[in-house]
Amino acid sequence: MKNFDLVIVGVGGQGTLLASKILGHLALNEGCGVKVSEVHGMSQRGGSVITHVRVGNEVHSPIVADGEADFLLSFEELEAARAASFLKESGVAIVNTQVIWPMPVITGAAQYPEQPLACFAQRVECADALAIAAECGSQKALNLVLLGMLSRHLFFSEEAWKTSIAACVPAKTLEINLAAFARGRALCR
Amino acid sequence: MEQEKRLMLGNEAVAQGAWEAGLRVAASYPGTPSTEVTECLSKYPEIHCQWASNEKVAAEVAFGAAMAGGRSITCMKHVGVNVAADPIFTAAYTGVSAGMVIVCADDPAMHSSQNEQDSRYYARAAHIPMLEPADSQECKDFTKLAFELSEELDTPVFVRLTTRIAHARSAVSIGQRQDIALKPYEKNAMKYVMMPAMARKRHPVVEEREKLLAQKANCMAINRVEMRDTRVGIVTSGACYQYVRDAMPDASTLKLGLVYPLPMELIANFAARVDRLIVIEELEGLIEREIKAAGIGCEGKNLTGVQGELSVEKLRTVLCGAQPCAAAGTDLPVRPPVLCPGCPHRGVFYAINRLGLSVMGDIGCYTLAALAPLSAMDACLCMGASIGMAGGAERAQGKDFSRKTVAVLGDSTFIHSGITSLIDAVYNQETITVVILDNRITGMTGHQQNPASGKDIHNQPAPQLNIEKLVESCGVNDIAIVDPFDLKATEEALRAATAREEVSVIIARRPCALLDKTPRKPYVIDGCKGCGACMKLSCPAIERHGKLVQINAALCNGCGMCRQVCPFKAIKCGEEC
Repeated sequence: MKNFDLVIVGVGGQGTLLASKILGHLALNEGCGVKVSEVHGMSQRGGSVITHVRVGNEVHSPIVADGEADFLLSFEELEAARAASFLKESGVAIVNTQVIWPMPVITGAAQYPEQPLACFAQRVECADALAIAAECGSQKALNLVLLGMLSRHLFFSEEAWKTSIAACVPAKTLEINLAAFARGRALCR
Repeated sequence: MEQEKRLMLGNEAVAQGAWEAGLRVAASYPGTPSTEVTECLSKYPEIHCQWASNEKVAAEVAFGAAMAGGRSITCMKHVGVNVAADPIFTAAYTGVSAGMVIVCADDPAMHSSQNEQDSRYYARAAHIPMLEPADSQECKDFTKLAFELSEELDTPVFVRLTTRIAHARSAVSIGQRQDIALKPYEKNAMKYVMMPAMARKRHPVVEEREKLLAQKANCMAINRVEMRDTRVGIVTSGACYQYVRDAMPDASTLKLGLVYPLPMELIANFAARVDRLIVIEELEGLIEREIKAAGIGCEGKNLTGVQGELSVEKLRTVLCGAQPCAAAGTDLPVRPPVLCPGCPHRGVFYAINRLGLSVMGDIGCYTLAALAPLSAMDACLCMGASIGMAGGAERAQGKDFSRKTVAVLGDSTFIHSGITSLIDAVYNQETITVVILDNRITGMTGHQQNPASGKDIHNQPAPQLNIEKLVESCGVNDIAIVDPFDLKATEEALRAATAREEVSVIIARRPCALLDKTPRKPYVIDGCKGCGACMKLSCPAIERHGKLVQINAALCNGCGMCRQVCPFKAIKCGEEC
């Protein structure tokens, strides 16, 4: 896929910004036009966070329009459901099956939905990316597991991915991150 | 050789542009969405970069540098311009010697702000030119141009960003740093001492300069006409230009790079070439009003309104008649940001709730205490307002009101604009209680150093402000310092301070939970009776499962506040089990 729109969602503090940084680097390195829109400020305080990534020859708006995302990369199930309307009919949702309760659920004022992913009519690819990342050496590498899953759907070569990962993660965590990426990539074979 | 291209945040690109333009001095107070400009500037060794105690000081430092001959910049969020407005308005009269750029980042839709005021009105009111980039490359290019314009026209120049430009990444060509010589300092009292006689001579200069630029604006390359289908012509700028291009790719556009003053001849010519003229701008209908005042018919706010952000979807709806998308996921539980596990602010607000106090609040992470279930804030207006509000409430309601009220603000907010209010409260013999949440950092904007943190913008040691001594010299006699993790001591301090008929200050001191690396074991609950006492702490790690409560070990920071509030001693440190 040469042009694509992607939305990354999760909970503040989960490391969603690293995933968009790697994607942006990759697209630019491969000669694509790219815009990435991030949320700063409150993002470390446990709220819903969303990052937009748009890749194409001529990208104008930095924000993905509702119903136009080719991919939804979600770090948490409830957040996947919240962002479901971004995904186009032929789109794919890639979801880390982690559950993080928001404050209204913690206090008992609201219920966490029983099957948050049931709202998707589109293809959903799930994985316990947190557990896989932990097996690779660090839970923080969960974003690389999800990117590995995503990489199967995109046209970038494995080498190109590895170059961008190396450029964006601290050198001392590179091995763990590459292992997590490889595990994610193997999941979607 | 092809220029190196990097994917840069709009804010990062502004910093790169300023560096390439030979910038020497940068001074700012952090504020989302502007903060990263200054953080990025601090990484260039050629630039002297510093955090100021507030935006007014920052603007004055930048002005002083420019007047003394070195190119300077100050960066702030939209509401920061309110604080800095005093020097900025008069700097328009004096002009500058070396270039001075004021970056202001507006926040339409209020992602991280208390209002969505439109900074373009400041440009108009102060008669200062304003540029508005539409992507990161323009952020760099326009910042460089702003320095040139500033020196050519002898005025400060605004660069206006919005959240979607400041916090979006796109490709930027990297250039070299220009070698801009430091100008010699020259005393020129007629130009820089703004007493009435001198200011009256400078005001006509401001008017002349603006006329000159308004004329020049008609042929500036950054005001760009793109003729396509002539049935609709759209005048727009910044992020809105990008939305227009996606929503109506066939429409003709006039993209304004200079949003004040406006190129009226260019606009008139464009209007004459299209059947229907529409202005697409976020927030206020400022461009639309100017165009109408010039006798040119156009539409704008009748279609888009003045609230929040525009988007491709919204423009498709109002311009192309597309059906609005149904709001999705509205039945899902919301996920608002929360005070972190182990946040020291929590202890203070828990104790405040125990005593049933009214809270005059302020701006920072601790504003999150306003949300349920803590719900421990009655008012939050602007930086430093808590102390003045508490004083005013006492004046209206009488001294008894201060026996059950506290003003609460953070260390950085106190330094920003709480100090003068505290002096005022003592001077006017109020009897309020002020709680300074001293977590040793500017937290909400992402951990910037401040005068109380003992470090400068480069994380190097800096003289540390002694808050208790400062408070004492303001004339406060009753000062207490407490550890907010100690709930009993915090409650006792609040009880004692509010009872006294004088100004009292409590400094609740403990570092931000995200920076405190003290290793602590998570707590566990063994024998929960389901009384819910610990739930009143509003800690994200304490979860209700049916009737009983569990502590999420992955989130627990080990602060131990919950153990102090459990009446059944069912909460224990992991080690004790």
